[in-house]
Amino acid sequence: MAEKHNRKRTFIQAGWGILSNAYVRGFLPGGPAIYTGPLKRFCVPGMNCYSCPGALGACPIGAMQAVFDGRQRKFSFYVVGYLSAIGFLAGRFVCGWLCLFGLIQELLYKIPVPKIKVPEKADHILRYLKYVMLSVFVFLLPFFFRSELNTGYPFFCKYVCPVGTLEGGIPLVLLNPLMRQSLGWLFRWKFFILILCIIASMTTYRPFCKYICPLGAFYSLFQNASLVRMRLDEDACVHCGICASKCGMNVNPSLRPNSMECIRCGECINACPKHALSFGIKEIKPEKGELKGELS
Amino acid sequence: MNKRRVPTVVTYFLLAAAIAFCAFGAVRGETDIVLKKAVNICMECIGLG
Repeated sequence: MAEKHNRKRTFIQAGWGILSNAYVRGFLPGGPAIYTGPLKRFCVPGMNCYSCPGALGACPIGAMQAVFDGRQRKFSFYVVGYLSAIGFLAGRFVCGWLCLFGLIQELLYKIPVPKIKVPEKADHILRYLKYVMLSVFVFLLPFFFRSELNTGYPFFCKYVCPVGTLEGGIPLVLLNPLMRQSLGWLFRWKFFILILCIIASMTTYRPFCKYICPLGAFYSLFQNASLVRMRLDEDACVHCGICASKCGMNVNPSLRPNSMECIRCGECINACPKHALSFGIKEIKPEKGELKGELS
Repeated sequence: MNKRRVPTVVTYFLLAAAIAFCAFGAVRGETDIVLKKAVNICMECIGLG
């Protein structure tokens, strides 16, 4: 059952990743470098660099930074509204089911190398880093600095994001000799972050999602309010701890079924021998057990 | 243990507000900025700019 669920989730993650990067011509030598059609007005829900040769949509984090403009006091209503709507609907569900970079990290974690358990205290502190990324690199700095295209300066994309290096930088550099000639310190820096991220992903479950991802940080703010949520049947739960042991994000669903760290992958639902956990829709009157651990 | 819960009606209201935000942003031309950014290779994103 758990295997079947894992396969289904991997299939959906991979399918979505392929669908949102389906511009095949971008990958052909001599073809257009990236897709430039009208679909790029729309953001995909997960992290997906819009400079990937196959990308059909825009990256929400890149798009958010682009629209911010402190001089004109311009707030990114379009992207913030879009992401908030997804957050109010399903919280971090996108992280668990529709993020290609999340899938890549999960596959890397399956490589049989010794796994590292980050000490609880360090893990707890590092989790706040993604909120720093969101507030400083995505919201604050792009608000005050402009790029050459007269859009908000993409600080997170430029100095941190390994997704752009993996999905955009490496394919474009491999396909374009001219770009290869202009590699400098920034590419080396971003390549270093990517390698670090790959090594960390082999030893720790989804480290980018846990500690760095500003999109995950944004969606996590809605976990407590989202319509789609985890339900715990307190009468059925025997607190055996199996769900917590299966959770790669180090959440204990029997205590905090709607923790901000939960990516709603559903692994715990399948692991529970008593079927105490399930996905549900928020109802007007809270059901028994639904109140438990709403915030964490 | 925290027992706070955002009421469902508030969630629906905020969801409607989020959709309104999105529509307002689209109407005032933010999708054009997104398009302009997304159809040009983002040199910063790929580590060349």
